[in-house]
Amino acid sequence: MSTNAVAARPEAPPEANLKKQLKRADRLRKFKAIGLVAPLALFLIVVFVLPIGSMLWRSVDNTELESVMPRTVAGLQQWDGSDLPEEATLAAFAAELRDSRRGGGLGKVGRRLNYEDNQYRGLLMRTLRGLPASSENWTQTLIEIDPAWGETTTWREIQRASPPVTDRYVLASLDLERGADGEIQRIDAQNRIYQSVFKRTMVIAGGVTLICLALGFPLAYLLATLPPKTSNLLMILVLLPFWTSLLVRTAAWIILLQSNGLINQSLIATGIIDTPLQLVFNRIGVFFAMVHILLPFMILPLYSVMKGISPSYQRAAVSLGAHPFAAFWQVYAPQTISGVAAGTILVFIMALGYYITPALVGGPADQMVSYYVAYYTNTTNNWGMAAALGSILLALTLLLYLVYHRLVNRKQLIRS
Amino acid sequence: MALPPYASPVEKLWFWIFRGSCGLVLLFLIAPVFVIIPLSFSSGSFLTYPLPGFSLRWYEEIFSDGPWMESLKNSLIVAPLATLLAMTFGTLAAVGLNRADFPGKGLILALLISPMVVPLVIVAVGMYFFFAQVGLLNSYTGLVLAHTVLGVPFVVITVNATLQGFDFNQMRAGASLGASPVRVFFTVVLPQIVPGMVSGGLFAFATSFDEVVVALFIASPTERTLPIQMFSGIRENISPAIAAMATILILLSTLLLITMEFLRRRSERLKAAP
Repeated sequence: MSTNAVAARPEAPPEANLKKQLKRADRLRKFKAIGLVAPLALFLIVVFVLPIGSMLWRSVDNTELESVMPRTVAGLQQWDGSDLPEEATLAAFAAELRDSRRGGGLGKVGRRLNYEDNQYRGLLMRTLRGLPASSENWTQTLIEIDPAWGETTTWREIQRASPPVTDRYVLASLDLERGADGEIQRIDAQNRIYQSVFKRTMVIAGGVTLICLALGFPLAYLLATLPPKTSNLLMILVLLPFWTSLLVRTAAWIILLQSNGLINQSLIATGIIDTPLQLVFNRIGVFFAMVHILLPFMILPLYSVMKGISPSYQRAAVSLGAHPFAAFWQVYAPQTISGVAAGTILVFIMALGYYITPALVGGPADQMVSYYVAYYTNTTNNWGMAAALGSILLALTLLLYLVYHRLVNRKQLIRS
Repeated sequence: MALPPYASPVEKLWFWIFRGSCGLVLLFLIAPVFVIIPLSFSSGSFLTYPLPGFSLRWYEEIFSDGPWMESLKNSLIVAPLATLLAMTFGTLAAVGLNRADFPGKGLILALLISPMVVPLVIVAVGMYFFFAQVGLLNSYTGLVLAHTVLGVPFVVITVNATLQGFDFNQMRAGASLGASPVRVFFTVVLPQIVPGMVSGGLFAFATSFDEVVVALFIASPTERTLPIQMFSGIRENISPAIAAMATILILLSTLLLITMEFLRRRSERLKAAP
């Protein structure tokens, strides 16, 4: 390649030629590098990023009515909401309702309108059954089938469900809604569930993180300060559970914590309690299992930071007259901050998205946000709600990850 | 960090309280792993101590034709394929990332790592809709692709770490001696990054072998993997058969741990050598 470049321009001054060659070689290397990364990047964009993006889009997507009843929706757009909609709109509605029987359109519209008010699916079914083949006056006919069609509130609710984009799911996942006047307001107190779900998710994730820190910090300190031979041996006790299947460990905790499990048996044998304690399928079980699964993720970053801290600082402090505790808290502990931060955020991020463990060892009151995302996708097919809850969870996770990324990068900077 | 001979009684007390609590934490970590093993040899059908007697009936159950073998077979199809794909794509990308600077490199690295960060349920629901659209729902292909996505970040991270100390002038040296770029890659680069590839691959394999959430959404009973079988077993009817399978999985993880430890020691030795 280089001989070609030289041969092509023998008249150019050698210095410029060299620069050009260097530039070209650099560019070629850049293209080669991009070419190596591109397959994976494209693969992830197609199989990972776009699917998640389009899933999240469902949290504002509201095209159910528009796709099944385009003419009704167009008619309602013109309507001012004071009197009943025009006869032409109602005629279009009757025709589109009849056509919706084919291809699952009726179910789609019924499900969507039921989010506004539970009566709609039934109303649509009733109306469809009584719908004549033709009518001179559809307004009259519809009202005869069901008087609800003669009320402006019915049509206003349908009008409200028509625009192609909505914020109702995102608002609903924060226990908010738009009132009749379009203002954002809190929903009735007895229907508020998601604020408590998010609060519960935070409480469980936060609690698990704090317990992990409390248990992990001393152990990491011990492992970092023991002679390598002993600490490598003890490290196996941390790494073996780390590599063991999550399901194996969850099953093990159910076995240990059940009412005739080893823990209850030994508590009864020692006379501490008389009747078995309920330790599993409630919050206690969730904490035990989640702390066990996430503890290595706290210990490992703490250990790697503590390993790099020289013990001589602490010794110097003691030799200068500091109490050993003071030496530990004022000299040693501050140096571990980056490890504490990394471990804490890592564990918290992982705990936020937990689904399997609470589903297996928790009760109904211990399910976290992930459970509701799965529930709305699989059980009720309310994809708008699944996507809205998922979006909030993802936003929270990515935000925390950004903080984590900053911290870990800074740590590496300090080290180098 | 041994106790000095001149330690005061209070210091001694604290020292032993500290060691004792660390011992308890270690017990907490390891006890569940060991508690489940003896139960797999129980002759009864309940997962409680004391054991009524010794028997291998639960191993017979999981190794006879049935849902356990079926699901193990499925996992042994999906996990190696996903691992292989993740290792290939991940290694190429990691080499590319270290080969030259190009615009948007940080963003691309973030993209390659992101499957590790996004909550699994979100990955699962997103892929569920996507695979339903493209006809990959309830298929081995879909499952392999999904697990490749989840395993790739580990390979990228470990190979990337191995390449940090890699001198790319070696490739030039190889080229100047007349080797083609492919030959240089296989004879010069690959042997040096194999430990990173293998440990990333082990992570990817373990991920696929232990992944429930995504598989629950995108697999039908035909592609039911071992973790799904474990999951429904724990949820519906927790029997010593689960303990038997758990024991086998613990053996597998011990094997993984030993391999990783071997790789780590090897790389440390290489680093220590001049």
